[in-house]
Amino acid sequence: MARLYEFQSKRLLREGGVRVPEGEIAATPAEARAAAERIGAPVVLKIQVWVTGRAGLGGIQFAATPAEAEDKAARMLGMKVRSYVVDRVLVERKLEITAEYFAGLVMDDARKCPLLVFSPTGGTGVEEIASRHPDKVFRFPVDIRTGLREFEARNLVRRAGLSGGVQIQLADVLTKLYEVARRNDARSAEVNPLVLAADGHVYAADCHLVVDDYAVYRHPELGIEIAREFDRPPTELERIAYKVEQKDYRGTFYFFQMADRVAEAGEGLFIGFHGAGGGGSMMSMDAVLNKGFKLANYCDTSGNPPASKVYRAAKVILSQPGIRGYFASGSGVASQEQYHSARGMVKAFAEERLEIPAVIRLGGNFEEEAVRILRAYLKDIPAKVEGYGRDDSPEFCAERMARLIAESGGAVHAVRPMSEPCIPAGAYAFETLTGRLGIDHSRCASCATKGCVEACGPKILKLEGGRPVLAIGTEEARKGKCTECLACEIFCRFHEQDAVTIVLPIPGLKEYREKAG
Amino acid sequence: MSIFVDEKTRVIIQGITGREGVVRAQLMKDYGTNVVAGVTPGRGGQDVYGIPVYDSVEEARDKHGPVEASVIFIPAAAVKNAALEALAAGAKLLVIVPDRVPIYDVLEIARAAEEAGARFVGPNTLGLLRPGKAVLGMIGGRAQRAREWFTPGPVGVSSRSGGMTSAISYYLTKAGIGQSTIVHVGGDAVVGSSHPEVMELFEKDPQTRAVAMFGEIGTTQEERVADLIEAGRFTKPLVAYVGGKAAKSGTRFSHAGAIVEGTRGSYDSKVKRLREVGVHVVAAVADIPGQILEALKGDGSIFSKK
Repeated sequence: MARLYEFQSKRLLREGGVRVPEGEIAATPAEARAAAERIGAPVVLKIQVWVTGRAGLGGIQFAATPAEAEDKAARMLGMKVRSYVVDRVLVERKLEITAEYFAGLVMDDARKCPLLVFSPTGGTGVEEIASRHPDKVFRFPVDIRTGLREFEARNLVRRAGLSGGVQIQLADVLTKLYEVARRNDARSAEVNPLVLAADGHVYAADCHLVVDDYAVYRHPELGIEIAREFDRPPTELERIAYKVEQKDYRGTFYFFQMADRVAEAGEGLFIGFHGAGGGGSMMSMDAVLNKGFKLANYCDTSGNPPASKVYRAAKVILSQPGIRGYFASGSGVASQEQYHSARGMVKAFAEERLEIPAVIRLGGNFEEEAVRILRAYLKDIPAKVEGYGRDDSPEFCAERMARLIAESGGAVHAVRPMSEPCIPAGAYAFETLTGRLGIDHSRCASCATKGCVEACGPKILKLEGGRPVLAIGTEEARKGKCTECLACEIFCRFHEQDAVTIVLPIPGLKEYREKAG
Repeated sequence: MSIFVDEKTRVIIQGITGREGVVRAQLMKDYGTNVVAGVTPGRGGQDVYGIPVYDSVEEARDKHGPVEASVIFIPAAAVKNAALEALAAGAKLLVIVPDRVPIYDVLEIARAAEEAGARFVGPNTLGLLRPGKAVLGMIGGRAQRAREWFTPGPVGVSSRSGGMTSAISYYLTKAGIGQSTIVHVGGDAVVGSSHPEVMELFEKDPQTRAVAMFGEIGTTQEERVADLIEAGRFTKPLVAYVGGKAAKSGTRFSHAGAIVEGTRGSYDSKVKRLREVGVHVVAAVADIPGQILEALKGDGSIFSKK
C-alpha cells in the first residue's frame, strides 16, 4: 500500500477544505528556522517517516523561537529511525489543544463498503482506549453510491455525545475526509488526533492516507514512486524491478530484498528466492527457512507472466552478490504454462553463466516440458540446475538445495557486468512489446531445420525465401502479438545457428551492477 | 445465484479475444462449460473456437437468450465497467479474473451486485470449477489437465491462493478423494465471495460433506468462518491451513484498522479462533487429505468416481 507522508496527507486535506495547522516542510536546520520565522509563533517539529509512536522516539519536538527550531531540527534531521534516515521535518504552528478526537476510514471486507470510524477520545494510545471501551468507538458504513452525507456524519458525531458548534464542525470534517479519501483512492485514512483548538476551530493535527496500490496509476500527481507496501524506503534494485513491472502489464512481478547487501548482512546461507503465487510462495518460503537458509530477497512472478518477465526477474535476483543458491518454487500445481518460466530462466542463467546451484520447482501445467527445457538447455553452464514438478514437495526441493550447495564447494554468486546481447547491424529485426528481436539472416542459409518457425509460440513467423520473417505486421508484433516466449531464440541457439537475438532491456540494471561489482 | 454451476449454466466470456481470454475460452469450452457467447467491444462478428463474439453483453443476450454467468478477462482499469455491464444485462454470477482492480471499483461492483441480487467471485481469482461439469475462469489452465487433477466427490475446496486451490484439490484427488466444487475466492482485501460466504453455500449444497480451506494472514475471513460455525450456520467438517506463519508481523500502521479489527487478521488469531470452534487446523498442506479422511470416517461417499 502506497503510504503518503503526513505533510502530503495534510496537503490533500487542506485542498479538500479541512483545516490543518499552518506549516512547512524543511530539509535543513536553516529551512526549519525560516519556516518558524514565517509562522511567527511557537512551533512543533515532526519527523516525516512511516512509523508510529514518533513522540516516544524524540521525533516530535516543540520550539518556542526560530533559533530553537533550528537547533532542534539539526538534531532531528539525520536521526535514524528503524531503517529510515530522517531527511525532512514538518514545521507547524503549535496548537493549543482543548479536546482530542479520532477519525478514520477503512475498508470493511465483511460488509464490502468504506467504514467511517469516529471516537470522541483520540490521541496517543487510541487503540488501547478502543479495546477497553468499545462503546467509545462509533462506526458508520458508507454507501459507496451516495458517499458520506452531512447528516449521516452529524448523526455519528451526535451519537458519540458531542453537540453544539463542535458537532457541526466535526461532521463537516468527516464528510470532507471521506471525499478526500475517495478522490485519492485511499484505502485507509486517519486523523489522529483531530483536535479542537483554543481558537474554537477543529484541526487535523496529524493525518495518514494510504493509497490503494491498484489505483496509484490514476494519481500521477501524488508522485508515488513505488506502489507497494514498504516499511522503509525502497532499495535501488527494488526500484529497478518495479520499473519492469510497471512497463509490462502481463502477469505480476514482485521483488523485494530481505537483506540489502547480502555480503554485509553477516553469517548465513543466503539464497535468491523466486516464488510463483502468494500462497505457494509463502509455503515454499517456510520450507527453505525451515532448512536454515536465509533469503536475500522475496520475488513472485505469477498470473501467467511471459517468459520475458520471468527472465528479467531472474536477472534482477542474480544482481545480488553473495547468494549461494537459486530457489524457485510456487504452489506446485500452477494453472499457468510453466514452460514460459522455464525459458525465462534458461535465457537468464545461460547469459549469466550461472555458477551457483539452482533448484527449480515448476509443478503445474506443462511441467514435463518445463523440466525438459531446463535439463536440455542448461547442461552446459557451470552450475547444476535441477527441475521438479507437482509431486515433489517444497520440503524435498529445499533438501535438494541444501545438498547441491554442499556439493558446490562453497560457490558464491559474483555479479558480473551486464553484457547485453546485441542485434548485429543489418539483421532482420522488429520491436516487441518490451524489447527487440533480431534474426541474422546471413546465418539462416546453413540452417537445416528452420525450427524457429515451428518453435514460435504464437505462430507469427513464416519462411520467405528460406528465411524466417514475421507473418504479421510489425505493428501487431510490437503491440503484443509477439508474446516474447523466447522459444525461437532458445531453439536457434541450442539446435541451430544462434542467429536469433532477443534484447530485453532492464533500465538501470547495468549501472547498478557496475556500482555493486 | 450460487456458485454451483453445471454443464447447463449459460456462460459468456467478456474479453474473449484478449491474450488470456482466448486461451481460457478454449479451456472452458473443452472442459464442457456451456459458453454461449463472448464479448469484446469492437470485435463483434468474429468467433473464438466457434464461440460467437459480440460488441456488448446486451447484444449477446438479445441474440442468444439469458446470460446466467459472465467470466471477465479485461484489463483491471476497465473491469468495473465490464462488471456493471454484465449485471445490467442480467448476469447473476460474475467471475472477475484480473488482479489489480482498484478497491473502490470493487466496492462499486459489490453495491451493484447486491442491488441486482447477483454474486461475484474475485477479483484476482482463478475462478471456480465443478469437477466433471464446468469451469469458470482458468483453474487447471488446460482442459486435459483439469480432468486429470480434479475429480467429482464430496469435498468442497475454498482457497485464498490460486495455486493452492489447484494444489489442495490435486492432493485430494491423489488420495482418492473427489471434490464437489473448487473455489479460489481471490487474493484481494475485499472480494465478492469470501470464505464465510462460500461456507454458507457449501452448507446448503447436498453434494458437499466436508470442506478444505486455505487461509492466509490478513482480512477477517477466517475469523468470520469461526463466527459462522459458532452461530451454527456452518456444521460440516472443516480442515484448514493458514499460510503466513513465517511472515514477519510488521508494525501496524493504521490505528483505524486496529480499532476496527483488534487483533483479527494475524496468524495466531485465525488459528486460535478456528481451533476454538472445532476446525482441524493442519500444519502442512500435505496433511489435508489425511484429516479429511479422518473427518469423513464411516462416510462411504468419499472416494472419487473416476
